[in-house]
Amino acid sequence: MQPTQDEVLTQHLTREYEWGFEAELEQELAPKGLNEEIIEFIWSKKNEPPFMLDFRLRAFRAWKEMKEPHWLNGRYDPIDYQNAYYYAAPKSVSENRPKSLDEVDPEIRRIFDRLGIPLHEQEILAGVAVDAVLDSVSVATTYKERLAQMGILFCSMSEALENYPDLVKKYLGTVVPYNDNFFAALNSAVFSDGSFVYVPKGVRCPLELSTYFRINARNTGQFERTLIIADEGAYVSYLEGCTAPKRSEHQLHAAVVELVALPNSYIKYSTVQNWYPGDKEGRGGVFNFVTKRGIAQENAKISWTQVETGSAITWKYPSVILKGDNSVGEFYSVAVTNNHQQADTGTKMIHIGKNTRSRIVSKGISAGKSNNTYRGLVQVSPRADNARNFSQCDSLLIGSDCGAHTFPYVEVKNPTAIVEHEATTSKIGEDILFYCNQRGIPTQEAVELIINGYCQEVLAHLPLEFAVEARKLLAISLEGSVG
Amino acid sequence: MLSIRNLHASVEGRPILKGLTLEVKAGEVHAIMGPNGAGKSTLAAVLAGKEGYEVTEGEILFEGQNLLDLEPEERSHAGLFLAFQYPVEIPGVSMIQFLRAALNAHRAAQGAEPLDTAELMALLKEKAALLKLDPSFLSRSVNEGFSGGERKRAEIFQMAVLDPKLVILDETDSGLDIDALKIVSDAVNALRAPKRAFIIITHYHRILQYIRPDVVHILADGRVVHSGGPELALQLEEKGYEPFLTPA
Repeated sequence: MQPTQDEVLTQHLTREYEWGFEAELEQELAPKGLNEEIIEFIWSKKNEPPFMLDFRLRAFRAWKEMKEPHWLNGRYDPIDYQNAYYYAAPKSVSENRPKSLDEVDPEIRRIFDRLGIPLHEQEILAGVAVDAVLDSVSVATTYKERLAQMGILFCSMSEALENYPDLVKKYLGTVVPYNDNFFAALNSAVFSDGSFVYVPKGVRCPLELSTYFRINARNTGQFERTLIIADEGAYVSYLEGCTAPKRSEHQLHAAVVELVALPNSYIKYSTVQNWYPGDKEGRGGVFNFVTKRGIAQENAKISWTQVETGSAITWKYPSVILKGDNSVGEFYSVAVTNNHQQADTGTKMIHIGKNTRSRIVSKGISAGKSNNTYRGLVQVSPRADNARNFSQCDSLLIGSDCGAHTFPYVEVKNPTAIVEHEATTSKIGEDILFYCNQRGIPTQEAVELIINGYCQEVLAHLPLEFAVEARKLLAISLEGSVG
Repeated sequence: MLSIRNLHASVEGRPILKGLTLEVKAGEVHAIMGPNGAGKSTLAAVLAGKEGYEVTEGEILFEGQNLLDLEPEERSHAGLFLAFQYPVEIPGVSMIQFLRAALNAHRAAQGAEPLDTAELMALLKEKAALLKLDPSFLSRSVNEGFSGGERKRAEIFQMAVLDPKLVILDETDSGLDIDALKIVSDAVNALRAPKRAFIIITHYHRILQYIRPDVVHILADGRVVHSGGPELALQLEEKGYEPFLTPA
């Protein structure tokens, strides 16, 4: 008796998480819990300028008044915010930040080696500058000097606060205000590190900039903060990748990313998110509650590309505020959910300037008992003459126990706007698998082929070096889903 | 090459094939004709191993091997090719990617190394030229946005690339206009070879004017009720199926 397609598909989807190892590092932790003293501790630990204490405390006070949101299409138990550590740093970094790659603690290097991110001077990835963030702190940044020669600043947020406080002060919180939402406020209060990028006027950044986030410590939330500024006419392509050890308890990841695209600039932001998704029964896994937003000034362009395969719950809506005339926003997304994963993701395109254009391509793939939701908003303000939006939201179901949902919200207040929306839902049908089988392609391979084809339009927007990785990741996330 | 003996097959418990017997030798072209519901497409599905078609009696030997023991992809590796009546679309997967996967699966089954890109492209371009297909067709997604005629040509092209021993054309002629029919027929004729056999499943005599069969079978109510030479197809065209439906 042949296994049914569903059985086959389900098998294909059950493979162990490869990045689940844990390293023993000596940690420096803040005391458990969250209050104003802890925030002051983080602030002083990081030697931040005075304006930051004010920023953090305002955020904390706002957060205390807010309620944990539960409107997403999914469910989770309320989080005990007092039972977590808000600052965890490997001692070797926290006591004396390494000045060069050679000074990085070999233990930490080993972690990143295993993840395929070499931090040795001789082996660093060609063409890609990497900022490696472990728990709360950045441990190393490659190619820093070479970029600096062009005036490009690429460093951890901590270093930016130390070395370029005025730049940070000018832009921090201007895209995502400290009181934007519950998780953004929490992040603003306690964020520890993240990446900072500034590309000066007219400069085209010649390298892919990349941050690799890794959670290692136990019972810590990770709150990274990324700020990318492309000055007039500048171009930068940035990529973030993430993994975490396997743990039976949930881990909170509440990041904030702000993109500032000044006139005529172009920021391309790509994410390959592979946080630990939890086990087959839905135990453990990362809560990925993230606020990502960019503001595009005149003629500027912001393009988000994301491949989301990890996390127990993903809740994020990378958005673009199309403030300047003729600005462009794009969102290309592949979200894969398997087992008990829940994803509620999408984008907001806020058209304010005239002749603004946005494009949304979202591909959801659900398998196992998972739930995958696209939630998006296209808003056209009264003065946004000739705004254009095109949205395409496709859902692919594997097996019959999963769900796919689409909530496209549209608010148009200008009669010249043209907003188009297309949506499809499909299953990997027996017909298509049989067709592949008849040509000699085994079912497992056929599923990979079909899924890659289905995601092609999104994957094509990833930087070349990462497209290959993303394809592999998709295949692994869905392995065992077909037999 | 292919020996079908007393084949009985059901779909959802309903018997469709009821004792079908058929012998096909290498190099031969067999046409199978018959009224709607006679079991023509069921025969194609059973040969290719489609799920949901249950063989309740009889046997199928393909080059001495029990075909029913093989998975669909193994039948493909063994040299069986089905040109589908309704070829499906595979969005985002180019013909190159698709045939690379197919060819390499065939090669892996034979213990051969995968083709490198240069070899693959040379082979695909050669076959495309043989079928007078524009090479740009190789970069398009499999069957996506193809017209009916293009899909059928794409099936024949895949056949040419995979170089099978036994080809089943399941109503390949239906829905084709006369020009497309000629193109497809020419391609099939070009691929006739002493080591290759064809089974042409069709409603119409029309395609047999272009592809001359060695044997014509009339299938009715799940069995072969009459077999003859190419002239049989002509008689069918004139008299209809009725005179042939009482088994001789």
